[in-house]
Amino acid sequence: MPDWRELYQELILDHNRRPRNFRRPPAANREAQGFNTLCGDRIVLYLDLRDGIIADIGFQGAGCAISTASASLLTERLKGRTAAEAEALFRRMHALLTGVSEPAEGQPELGKLEALSGVAEFPTRVKCATLAWHTLHAALAGSQAMVSTEE
Amino acid sequence: MASLSSPTRSRPAFDVEAVRRDFPALQQQVNGHPLVYLDNAATTQKPLPVLEALRGYYERDCANIHRSIHQLGERATEAFEHTRLVAQRFLGAGSAREIVFTAGATAGLNLVAQTFGRMRVGSGDEVLITAMEHHSNIVPWQMLCQEKGARLAVVPINDAGELIWEALEERLTPRTRLLAVTHVSNALGTINPLRQIVAAAHARQIPVVVDGAQAVAHMPVSVAELDCDFYAFSGHKIYGPTGVGVLYGKSEWLERMPPWQGGGDMIRSVSFEGTTYNRVPYKFEAGTPHIAGVIALAAALEYALRLDPAAAAGHEDGLRALAAERLAAIPGVRLIGTAPQKVGVLSFVIEGIHPHDVSTLLDQQGIAVRAGHHCAQPLMERYGVAATSRASLAAYNTRQEIEALAAGVAQVKEMLG
Repeated sequence: MPDWRELYQELILDHNRRPRNFRRPPAANREAQGFNTLCGDRIVLYLDLRDGIIADIGFQGAGCAISTASASLLTERLKGRTAAEAEALFRRMHALLTGVSEPAEGQPELGKLEALSGVAEFPTRVKCATLAWHTLHAALAGSQAMVSTEE
Repeated sequence: MASLSSPTRSRPAFDVEAVRRDFPALQQQVNGHPLVYLDNAATTQKPLPVLEALRGYYERDCANIHRSIHQLGERATEAFEHTRLVAQRFLGAGSAREIVFTAGATAGLNLVAQTFGRMRVGSGDEVLITAMEHHSNIVPWQMLCQEKGARLAVVPINDAGELIWEALEERLTPRTRLLAVTHVSNALGTINPLRQIVAAAHARQIPVVVDGAQAVAHMPVSVAELDCDFYAFSGHKIYGPTGVGVLYGKSEWLERMPPWQGGGDMIRSVSFEGTTYNRVPYKFEAGTPHIAGVIALAAALEYALRLDPAAAAGHEDGLRALAAERLAAIPGVRLIGTAPQKVGVLSFVIEGIHPHDVSTLLDQQGIAVRAGHHCAQPLMERYGVAATSRASLAAYNTRQEIEALAAGVAQVKEMLG
């Protein structure tokens, strides 16, 4: 039986109480919306993407502690990184959160994002954590379509 | 001694512990705690007689119905048709021919929309629903309106979660071809004044379709008294199996309605030139139905009747009042749906804490509640929330379980606050 403390680690609770980059960056030139149809979580992720580098990043919306913290940690991690790094991290996080694969050589380090790993033990909550990452993927692809966790 | 033996008319106390012993699923531990099951508006647990009926069919009487000329087929058919009589009695319908077996309330409402609705609603007409409907009593009518070029009108509700009567009367216009309304709101618990609603609609020759999914397990229902034209419910919300339900329809309508799905059992004779349909209600029951489910539904309805619906309702109402009091006493907790007339559905939000987090943390304490929009997104929008937590009661719930819920919610606040 998974323990709730695995899911609600102090870092997660902190990012839920005080989400980082919870704003629209002034020069945002990419955005995507994410929607969890099961629970109504909704986020908008903004990128200020210049020459393949994420110069600024932010998000807005309303969701549970897991989805909010996941989005907050995402923005904190990716500010100043390249789009290619962000894509690699998306794949790494997707594998981590859905519990499908072990890390292979050359994959990005998790760092603070490790705090989200407890989600894999809570199948009903995986989509809460992946929402921001799918939305990032859509924003990088320049897709205007709304991302739904049910697709 | 005199006081003990003096005849009183007071009902013996509702013996909830005896009821609980009938439900094997309630005896389990979840995450190291005794299960506190408060998600009954989603589905109820099943008592032994229902489990035995399902097993009995598959173990002894497994055969197809209405066609097998052999012993097992006769037994299965007899048991299947027995449920029709039980359902007729349960709903207070005038005739067993007014009982149609469906896959559930959703299927029943779709059946009415696709047959009665299609023959009745045309371009420029209106279909009236209410702001507290479940998606299953919105979307079928929306689909019908789109097909016919008709308009979907909506009766608004007040902050307590009651229909606004003047608005209802205003929207019963000469263009209104039918009214579809829930008996009890799944997200708010509000009990609608159905007799008055039906009377107001009938005074204007407008038929009324009722979604009874959340009502039947919590109060005695008589379609004869309500005088509604259709009444749909699901078996699984009243201690029966999933995948089976009942649609009551007045025979004067059922006789005039076209069939819905075509197939076996709904026909009298078929040739490539044309088909004559079976009589009511069989013309609405195409294909091999959920035979085991229908047979076990009789056990569920008989169980509910044995519980004494009035006594069970009294017990649940006591729990509802206790839960409302306990939850409202927790700072930051807001109850959504505070109508004076309501069943044991407690929707609530905790300031700053998302319902999904509430559900996960309550589950850690063995407490099962629902989090989400409860298939009533327009209603959530009305209250300005994306989702709520919902504790919903059944006859087998106890005061201790309500206390556990309140303590659990207080603890969630501590963990995430």
